[in-house]
Amino acid sequence: MDQGGSRKIFDACVRKEVGMSHQQKTNVWYQSSFELFEKSLNGEATTPLHAIRRGALERFHALGFPTTKNEEWRFTNVAPIAKAAFTPTFGLPGHIPSAKEIERFSFGTPHRLVFVNGHFAKDLSTVGKLSAGVALTNLATAFKQHRDLVDAHFSKYAPFDENPFVALNTAFAQDGAFIYVPEGCQVDDAISLVFVAVGSEPFYIPPRNLIVLEERAQLQIVESFVTTTNASYFTNVVSEISLGRDAVLEHDKLQHESLQAFHIAAIHVRQKERSNFTSNSIALGGSLVRNNVTTVLGAEWCEATLNGLSVGTGTQLIDNHTTIDHAKPNCASHELYKAILDGKSRGVFNGKIFVRTDAQKTDAKQTNMTLLLSDDATIDTKPQLEIFADDVKCTHGATVGQLDENQVFYLRSRGIDEKLAADILTFAFASDVVNRVHVPALREQLEFLVHAKLNEGRKS
Amino acid sequence: MLEIRNLHASVNGNEILSGVDLTVRAGEIHAIMGPNGSGKSTLAQVLAGRDAYEITEGEVLYEGKNLLEMDPEERAREGVFLAFQYPVEIPGVSNSYFLKSALNAIRKHRGLEDLDAIEFLQLVKQRLKLVDMDESFLQRPVNEGFSGGEKKRNEIFHMAVLEPKLAILDETDSGLDIDALRIVADGVNKLHRKDNAIVIVTHYQRLLNYIVPDFVHVLVDGRIMKSGSKELALQLEEKGYDWIKAEAEKSLTPA
Repeated sequence: MDQGGSRKIFDACVRKEVGMSHQQKTNVWYQSSFELFEKSLNGEATTPLHAIRRGALERFHALGFPTTKNEEWRFTNVAPIAKAAFTPTFGLPGHIPSAKEIERFSFGTPHRLVFVNGHFAKDLSTVGKLSAGVALTNLATAFKQHRDLVDAHFSKYAPFDENPFVALNTAFAQDGAFIYVPEGCQVDDAISLVFVAVGSEPFYIPPRNLIVLEERAQLQIVESFVTTTNASYFTNVVSEISLGRDAVLEHDKLQHESLQAFHIAAIHVRQKERSNFTSNSIALGGSLVRNNVTTVLGAEWCEATLNGLSVGTGTQLIDNHTTIDHAKPNCASHELYKAILDGKSRGVFNGKIFVRTDAQKTDAKQTNMTLLLSDDATIDTKPQLEIFADDVKCTHGATVGQLDENQVFYLRSRGIDEKLAADILTFAFASDVVNRVHVPALREQLEFLVHAKLNEGRKS
Repeated sequence: MLEIRNLHASVNGNEILSGVDLTVRAGEIHAIMGPNGSGKSTLAQVLAGRDAYEITEGEVLYEGKNLLEMDPEERAREGVFLAFQYPVEIPGVSNSYFLKSALNAIRKHRGLEDLDAIEFLQLVKQRLKLVDMDESFLQRPVNEGFSGGEKKRNEIFHMAVLEPKLAILDETDSGLDIDALRIVADGVNKLHRKDNAIVIVTHYQRLLNYIVPDFVHVLVDGRIMKSGSKELALQLEEKGYDWIKAEAEKSLTPA
C-alpha cells in the first residue's frame, strides 16, 4: 500500500547501521517489509497460514540469498537481487493495464485470471462456464472460501527449508491462482493465468499458485509472465501442484518479462498413481532467470514430461534446474530442454534425476540441446543422475553446437539466402519444443514471439 | 551453358581437381564417371558453391558469367541445381515449407511474383507424381526419417519444382533399388528439355541405361582423362577404370 513507508524504514535502518553486511541489510529490509505486510493483513495475521509465513521468513533470514559457493547456484550469481531493495506491494497498483493490452495473452480461452504486480485484477479476469465443483479463483479468496483445501495443500509440496527463494515467496504469499478440479472432471478449455508487471519502480512480485487435481481430473494451464514496462522488478513465483490418481495436467509457461527484470520461479509437483504431468516452459525475457521444476513421482505408473526452451540474447542469463524424483517403481520421465543463445547471453541447465531404491523399472530419458549463435554465448549443462535401483533405464545426453554447416549449405544451394537459412534452421530447432504445446493459440503466440526474439537478437 | 577451364581445387592443401576442362551446352546430357576418390563429387560441390574447397586455378563460366564468384544461393537462383549424394536431413522444417522458400527466392530473382499457397500446392502435387511420391512427403521434415531411396527421389522432386537450367546429379543412383532407379530416371528424362542441361556424376553405368548421355567423361586423379560417347560407359563397366589410367600414363610418358 505504502511503498514510500517501507523505503523510509530501509533507509533509516541502513543509516543507523552503517557497518551492516549485505545479508544483514537484506534481512532488515525484508523484515521491515514483512511487518508492513502483516499490518496490511488486518487481523488475519493470527491464522495458521500466517504462522507458515512467519516460519518461512525466519528460514529465509537463516538461509540468506545463495552465493555461487552453493552448488545449486554455482553458475547463477544472484548478487544483483540480493543487493537491490525490491519493494513489496500489498494491493493493486493505481493504474492497471487495459483489457486490450493483455488481450493476446487470453489464448482463446474463456478462463483467464489476471494478476497485476502479483495482485488479482478482478476487472481484467473472466471465468467461463465450469463444471460443478471446479474452483477457479485467486488465492487470497481461497484463503477465506476454501480454507480446508488450502490447509491440506498449501506449502506441502514446495519445501522452503533449503531454497531461500521459496522461503521468501512463502513469507509474502498473498495472492496468485487457486485452481481445484474435483474427481473425474475434465476441464475442456485451458485456464490462462496472466501475470503482468507494471510501473517503473523495482517491485517485488511474489505470486503463489496452488493447483489441485483430484482423481481422473484433467486440465491445461497456461502461466504467462508479461510486462508493460522495461523496469527492473523482481518476480519470485511458486506454483504448487497436486495430481491425484490418473489425473492429467499440461502446464505451459511463457516467461516474457522485461529484459531488466529478475525472474525466479519454482514449480513443485506431487504425483499419485498413473498421473501424467507435462511442463512446457518457454523463457524469452528477463535479465536473470532461474526456473526450478521439481516433480515427485510418489506412486507407481506415473509419467512426467518436462520440456523447455530458452532464447537468450544480449547479456541475459537463463538457468533451468529440473528435478525428477522417481520414488516408486514403473514410472517414466521424458525431458527435453533446448536453448538458443545469442550475443553474450548465458544458459544453464541442470537436470537432476533421482531413482530411489524402490523405483525399479524406472524409464528416464533426458536430453539437453543448445544452439550457440555467437562466439560470446555460453552454456553450462549438467546432467545429475543418482540411481539407487538396479533394474532401470536411464539415458541422458547433451549437445552444444552452432548451426550445422551442411544444413546451411543445403538450403543455400536451393536458392535460400544465408540469413533466411539461419532463421529457418534456428526456428526449426525451437519449434521442436514449441510444437509440444497443445494449446493452439499459445503455440501461435509462441511462434510469433520466438521469431521476434530471434530477430531482435540479430539486430543487437 | 557451362564452361570449365583448367579448374584446380584443393582441400587443406591437398589438390583434388587438377585441371578439369568441360563444356556443356543447352540440351545436352553429360555423364562424369570415375573411380572412388577421383574428384567427381568435389567437382559437383565446387560447382554448387561449397566453400570447403579452395580454387587455386582456372575458371568456370556459366551462361558467360563467372560462376565461382557467386554465392551458392545466387547460383541456385541463376538456375544451377545440385542433387546431393547425401541429401541433408533438416528436422523441424517441412519439405513443403523448404521448397516454397526456395522456389519463391528463385522466382523473386527472376522478377516473378511469389506463388500463393494454392498455386504452390497445385505445382508440387503435380511434380510429386513425376517421382511417384505421395503427398505425405510435403508435410514431413526434409529428409528426416526418409529411406535412402526416398531421399534421392526427394532430390529429383526438388529439381522438378525448381526447374533448373543446369542440374548436377551427384551419385543419384546410389542406394536405389531397380524400381526406384527407373522412377528417378523417368523423372529426370521428363524434366530434360532443349533449353536445360544435365550433368550426371556416377560411379556405375547402370543409371545411364535409363538416362542416355550425349557425352561420357572419365575423371581420374582430378582430371578428365578420356571423353567419348555413351559406348564409353559400357566399356568402363566391362573393363573398369585402370586401363584409362594406363592409357593416359602412356601418352604422358615421353617417347
